[in-house]
Amino acid sequence: MRQTTFQGYRRENNRVGVRNHVIVLPVDDISNAAAEAVANNIKGTLAIPHPYGRLQFGADLELHFRTLIGTGSSPNVAAVVVIGIEEGWAKKVVDGIATTGKPVQGFGIELHGDHETIRRASAAARELVQWASERQRSECALNELWVSCKCGESDTTSGCGSNPTVGDAFDKLYAAGCTLVFGETTELTGGEMIVAGRCRDENVRRDFMRVFDQYQDVIQRHKTTDLSDSQPTKGNIAGGLTTIEEKALGNIQKIGKKCVVDGVLDKAEMPRHPGLWFMDSSSAAAEMVTLCAAAGFVVHFFPTGQGNVIGNPILPVIKICANPRTVRTMGEHIDVDTSGLLQREITMSEAGDKLLDMMSRTANGRLTAAEALGHREFVLTRLYESA
Amino acid sequence: MIHCVLHDPNDSVAVVVVEGIKAGATLTGLILDEDRTITLESRQDIPIGHKVALKDMAVGDTVIKYGVDIGKVVAPIKKGEHAHVHNIKTKRW
Repeated sequence: MRQTTFQGYRRENNRVGVRNHVIVLPVDDISNAAAEAVANNIKGTLAIPHPYGRLQFGADLELHFRTLIGTGSSPNVAAVVVIGIEEGWAKKVVDGIATTGKPVQGFGIELHGDHETIRRASAAARELVQWASERQRSECALNELWVSCKCGESDTTSGCGSNPTVGDAFDKLYAAGCTLVFGETTELTGGEMIVAGRCRDENVRRDFMRVFDQYQDVIQRHKTTDLSDSQPTKGNIAGGLTTIEEKALGNIQKIGKKCVVDGVLDKAEMPRHPGLWFMDSSSAAAEMVTLCAAAGFVVHFFPTGQGNVIGNPILPVIKICANPRTVRTMGEHIDVDTSGLLQREITMSEAGDKLLDMMSRTANGRLTAAEALGHREFVLTRLYESA
Repeated sequence: MIHCVLHDPNDSVAVVVVEGIKAGATLTGLILDEDRTITLESRQDIPIGHKVALKDMAVGDTVIKYGVDIGKVVAPIKKGEHAHVHNIKTKRW
């Protein structure tokens, strides 16, 4: 590989980020208004509103906290202001983020009201954003980069063009010692034995098949006659994908030919060592990318066929496309055009290198198409109803 | 010009990768895993991204792509015809 270093932000816990966001993070839906007011007051901060956080319980509540704490803990985030309706859960999120050593302050709205909370949180945010503005990039080793992948609005060109491009890049990053993740549990249906065959050992294989089978049970429990128009989606079918098996086999091209699956993660769970990880996750784009960001990944590869336009507030999402019609009609969304693969104009290795070049430029600070267009989809995964 | 691509030489369908394929067109197909080409005739208009059948298939046959089972035939398909949700269904779900 040509790249051996990149210019990143080294954080207090020695993890390396490629962005320097100061975020205003609501714990719950009813704190969104205060969080957005603070971000409006203090330029250079970013509110991350979302619709949940009340009356969740059990594993669903744990996932909520893990995702919020993970988002605040991301190395792409310099500092955090947390706002909740009451101080207890706000403090829980603050304490979780504070273990990284980064500056974080929390505020509860009760006994103060929105006005006073916005005033106090804005004062804190102003200090944090000025502090963050003096953080500098420094040279970091390539193997300090954590790269996630997930595809969306796939079509048949994804399986023969954009997904294998990610696969080629993943093979090269894996050999370089990077930390990598893929997921989309139901979207492996029809190719699950291929993934099982790529697992490091029997323990990893057992973990993988356990989460795969659990997700199949969810589908069987809730499906009506079939999953027509959902998996594959209407967009997938319009793009020529016919069955879930076909979609899955295309999807799996993202893990290349050489990478080994080294471990299985729960949703938003942080990897424990370098290598390729499988995260049990939804196949819905914004949910999966949000979970990757919360697990600590700092750059995302997003191959698309028909043109999914997704972004994330803190995780730069690099779009790769091999469908010449999509590149022509939706060019403003595409960072890497690999349609030349389908005309034999470039080799798979050249396509992978093209993506790695864009990865380096993105890591060094270039805004992705999704960032420039303001795509900040932040979607929390829910496991079941609130209490 | 490459009009369609297939992954494995044993695949029974190929993906059309250019726009405007009409019935009667002669298609050049690239076998990605072997970097060699085949030719066939399209019997129908086929949109970009959609599949063309590489052989005649009967109801109940297994459709092969990537060298792997991607579903079953639910309506007869002739070589050169459009292969999609109207004649192929998943074996799962």
